[in-house]
Amino acid sequence: MISAGSLPRVLHGSEGRPLSLERHEEVFIAETPFNVMHELENSGLTGRGGAAFPTFRKVDLLRLQRGNNKSVVVNLMEGEPAAHKEFALAGANPHLILEGAQVLAGLIGAKRILVCVARDNPTVVNHLNRAIHELERRSLRGATIELHTPPWRYVAGEESALVHWLNDNESLPQYRPERPSILRVGRNPALVDNAETCANVALIARFGAEWFRKLGTEKSPGSTLVSLSGAVERSTVLEVSLGTPIRDILAAGHADMAPQALLLGGFGGTWLHGKHIDTPYANEYLSVPGAGVGAGVMAVLPREACGVYETLRIVRWMANESARQCGPCAFGLPALAEDLMSITHSSKDPRAAYERLQSRCDSIEGRGACRHPDGVIRLVRSALVVFEDDISQHIVGRPCTGTQRPKHTITIPTIEHEDELIWE
Amino acid sequence: MGVVRRRSGSFVLKVNPILCDGFGHCHELAPELVDVDEWGYPIVVSEPVPLSNSGLLQSARYAVRGCPRQALSIERSNDTVKPQ
Ligand code: SF4
Ligand code: SF4
Repeated sequence: MISAGSLPRVLHGSEGRPLSLERHEEVFIAETPFNVMHELENSGLTGRGGAAFPTFRKVDLLRLQRGNNKSVVVNLMEGEPAAHKEFALAGANPHLILEGAQVLAGLIGAKRILVCVARDNPTVVNHLNRAIHELERRSLRGATIELHTPPWRYVAGEESALVHWLNDNESLPQYRPERPSILRVGRNPALVDNAETCANVALIARFGAEWFRKLGTEKSPGSTLVSLSGAVERSTVLEVSLGTPIRDILAAGHADMAPQALLLGGFGGTWLHGKHIDTPYANEYLSVPGAGVGAGVMAVLPREACGVYETLRIVRWMANESARQCGPCAFGLPALAEDLMSITHSSKDPRAAYERLQSRCDSIEGRGACRHPDGVIRLVRSALVVFEDDISQHIVGRPCTGTQRPKHTITIPTIEHEDELIWE
Repeated sequence: MGVVRRRSGSFVLKVNPILCDGFGHCHELAPELVDVDEWGYPIVVSEPVPLSNSGLLQSARYAVRGCPRQALSIERSNDTVKPQ
């Protein structure tokens, strides 16, 4: 830091030998009028893709990596079928996403920006294409921007799967034993960030950390996108300040105000009992009943639906979306679905199925290459707690009306045959 | 190979679930460290084992060498754990 009226300026900080790059950044860039890196740290922005990892720490890690062709990967894949937030984001302002990516590229010194949109989502592809062309006409940019369109799969949005696709055209997650691991496109480190995170980075770079913190809570600052679906008038995407009571979000989305439960986070998220509807929507409050913001999905389950049956439908679909690379995931998830099936339909000894389900959850957890099975297990475990009473009724052979006349509340894509799944 | 170079520190046996095909050789070669689930895939002890426990280290090495898919690896770390 150089104070305004002092000398030397150009020769500041000399220590008898040339400054190292790290020293140079400490001495010169810190507290210059507006240092994006500082603003990013002070903003407390966390990744909006589901893991809520501090963005600053990720950027800082990538900044110190070597590589002369680093890249920023913008993840617009939207793996969650119940989420439409990237759709809303690209429909509202694709330039905010691209600007955030350019800021990140500047911070880590990346030469390429790779924007990844699922090809099954042509509207978003078009929005991004147009925005990239606009930018190219002006040629006001440092890093080159490329648009990539991998196929849509649940796990294709997982960051290692995305990078694998960029490298080898296969949307399969990779095994990453070391944590934190550095993903590489080609041989160069890549920063993978969700599009919503990029958009927030652009805002922080423009208006600063203090501005950013005006909304949200101390631990979860800023705003977030919520994809509201299920028992609502219309599925919508709302932007809410983190820490807003869930009741207000439901009211704003014209949802069922006395729900049985809410699916939070996504298909690999958790059920939240309807009685917790006054909890503020932020991770530090939601973690008390064991839930989290996750990827911003909020699906409303009405009283007349059967939560166990909806869980079964989700788990069955998720089992089919497994990349079938790891044994515990490829065999374990269909087994979980089968156990849930025996419980919901009170057939084939549901009590044994219930116990088997719990022990299978314990044995599968943490043994896949990616977090896909862990997400399913989190959902199953929360269903066992939230729908405890229903499950005990199912077990003694009194399934609720929801299973007899199934009404599907949670929208789940059709299950494709194994041979029809496209991975490349 | 076979020579224990370091006595402080600990190791964990790690399995790459993508490579592993569930042949179960590791369970036979290192039954103290590897259990198998109902589908034949290995469940590896996740707590670090002290390197001074040469018997376990030896069977871990057998498992690593015996795995037909080369899915196993020994990961060493410097923090010592107390021998049980
Ligand atoms: S855990 Fe499942 S989804 Fe993840 S890589 Fe393994 S098989 Fe694929
Ligand atoms: S020996 Fe190798 S392939 Fe066989 S079960 Fe063990 S880790 Fe998997």
